[in-house]
Amino acid sequence: MRQITARPKALLDVPMHYCPGCTHGVAHRLVAEVIDELGIRGKTIGVASVGCSVFMYNYFDLDFQQAAHGRAPAVATGIKRVLPDRVIFTYQGDGDLAAIGTAEIIHAANRGENITVIFINNAVYGMTGGQMAPTTLLGMRTTTTPFGRDARLAGYPIRVVELLNTLRGPAYLARVALSGPAQIHKAKKAIRRAFQTQLEGKGFSLVEVLSTCPVTWGMQPLDAVHWLEEYMLPEFPLGEIRTPDGREAVLVPVQTDGKG
Amino acid sequence: MDRMLMKGNEAIAEAALRAGVQAYFGYPITPQSELPEYMARELPQRGGGFLQAESEVAAINMVYGAGGAGARVMTSTSSPGVSLMQEGLSYLVGSEVPCVVVNMARGGPGLGNIAPAQSDYFQATKSAGHGDGRLIVLAPATIQEAADLTILAFDLAERYRNPVMILGDGILGQMMEPVSFPQPVTRNGDVSWATTGAGDGPRRLINSIHLEPDNLERHNLHLLEKYRLAQQEVRWEAYRMDDAAVAVAAYGLAARVARSAVDRARAKGIAAGLLRPITLFPFPTQAYRQAAERVRALLAVEMSAGQMVEDVRLAVEGRAPVFFYGRLGGVVPTPPEVLTQIEKVAAEVER
Repeated sequence: MRQITARPKALLDVPMHYCPGCTHGVAHRLVAEVIDELGIRGKTIGVASVGCSVFMYNYFDLDFQQAAHGRAPAVATGIKRVLPDRVIFTYQGDGDLAAIGTAEIIHAANRGENITVIFINNAVYGMTGGQMAPTTLLGMRTTTTPFGRDARLAGYPIRVVELLNTLRGPAYLARVALSGPAQIHKAKKAIRRAFQTQLEGKGFSLVEVLSTCPVTWGMQPLDAVHWLEEYMLPEFPLGEIRTPDGREAVLVPVQTDGKG
Repeated sequence: MDRMLMKGNEAIAEAALRAGVQAYFGYPITPQSELPEYMARELPQRGGGFLQAESEVAAINMVYGAGGAGARVMTSTSSPGVSLMQEGLSYLVGSEVPCVVVNMARGGPGLGNIAPAQSDYFQATKSAGHGDGRLIVLAPATIQEAADLTILAFDLAERYRNPVMILGDGILGQMMEPVSFPQPVTRNGDVSWATTGAGDGPRRLINSIHLEPDNLERHNLHLLEKYRLAQQEVRWEAYRMDDAAVAVAAYGLAARVARSAVDRARAKGIAAGLLRPITLFPFPTQAYRQAAERVRALLAVEMSAGQMVEDVRLAVEGRAPVFFYGRLGGVVPTPPEVLTQIEKVAAEVER
């Protein structure tokens, strides 16, 4: 008999606290698999941020630092500058990275800081109970946009990889989605490429991971995946927008039936 | 090594280099910018890393990352910058990450001015951001002392796994005095707790979250126990205190002015002395309590609206009257001004 799957060594055999249908578990597993495959567990230091993933250090068999809200890229910078031969990654949500931590992410990216950022975008604040995120879609109802996000009051969803793509510092920028086996496979390839970019000393890498939050979205897990595909993909097009070999691409929104 | 003539900001930077500082993160602000400039020039040549951060908020979090990774690390700023660093300081204290923070304080509140002030005493000594944490606070009065305390600051930070603040002021940073430096020190602190990549060993965590109240209380009690142990680091200077009837309480720049005023008072036949805290936290409570048993009165002199005087009063506990004289907004009191206050206090207690 041949074993075809197992828990990655970088993940501890402990229950996770995430809600049913939440994609943090999938994203964690992808990061852990990449760390295993690259053989870097012993020299990788993670930086956990504030949000639902605040306890991720309980799930990874890695050294970890817990950062204040939004500050993970600064903390990672501090670690990397004194331990340049180690692999440093942050794992941040949309509120953490694109609201309170906007300055830190932009400047880490602009310095071409040789770190990897896993950016979870589920268009909502999960841990605090479903408030508006900087990536909340227009018209989307949250507990702080009870009538739907109105651009006149609350601005527009921020497209982080496109924003960072205006800078010269980043080496690798990609957006992926955890919306099914094919997309999850692509997500893992992007995460692997991001870590490889760092290992090769090429500079800042970020993967934006479109994720679901069924509980705060008020949906069944499967409906949440469909909602992601139908409404998030038109706003947040997938693909590699910046690669270390200099090839740059234009992200093209997927076509939908117009409901988005 | 020969004595050199240096600015306070530069002397602190040089002392930090000799203490083996491995990384500096900071954001420019007057009146301390000579310190990062010195570091930008010297630190890379001596094997360390310098980075100008995008803000004080980022700088203190870079300090957190580097300190948590086991490096000797520091930042420097001035009053408004310290306000921005309060969040990071709270996390450093909570996660027990050692570092050195220099505050060359200036007048406030708000943007205030760039003149020397001591109005950050409360901010420095009463908390480290939110929560029940404290900083160890050292207050040099001369450039030589600034250099010596900088080296001590790194050792204390590592011994207690707690941020240490050097609280100076704009004049201390800018003025020049002769200074000599000790030989480079070898660091002997244990950093096995640092996140350097787990290798084959157990994973390590730099963290300040303790969700269960019982656990967080235990953690707070552990911090409290460290601060109790740190009492042994208390330092102060007693000047002409043996037979003093009036004890002037002052630190830093104000203590230099007070010292001149004490000499002038002595020349006029008034038995004045100076009791100068060198550590502001821990505060030399016992020294003041014992002095209060012998003197007729105390006079706190500060470049603030009256902040340290509260610690003096808490130490004295009514054993002797405590008077206060302060100048605000970056105004430095003169020796004749302080002399007048000493004379007033002496006359008051003679009545």
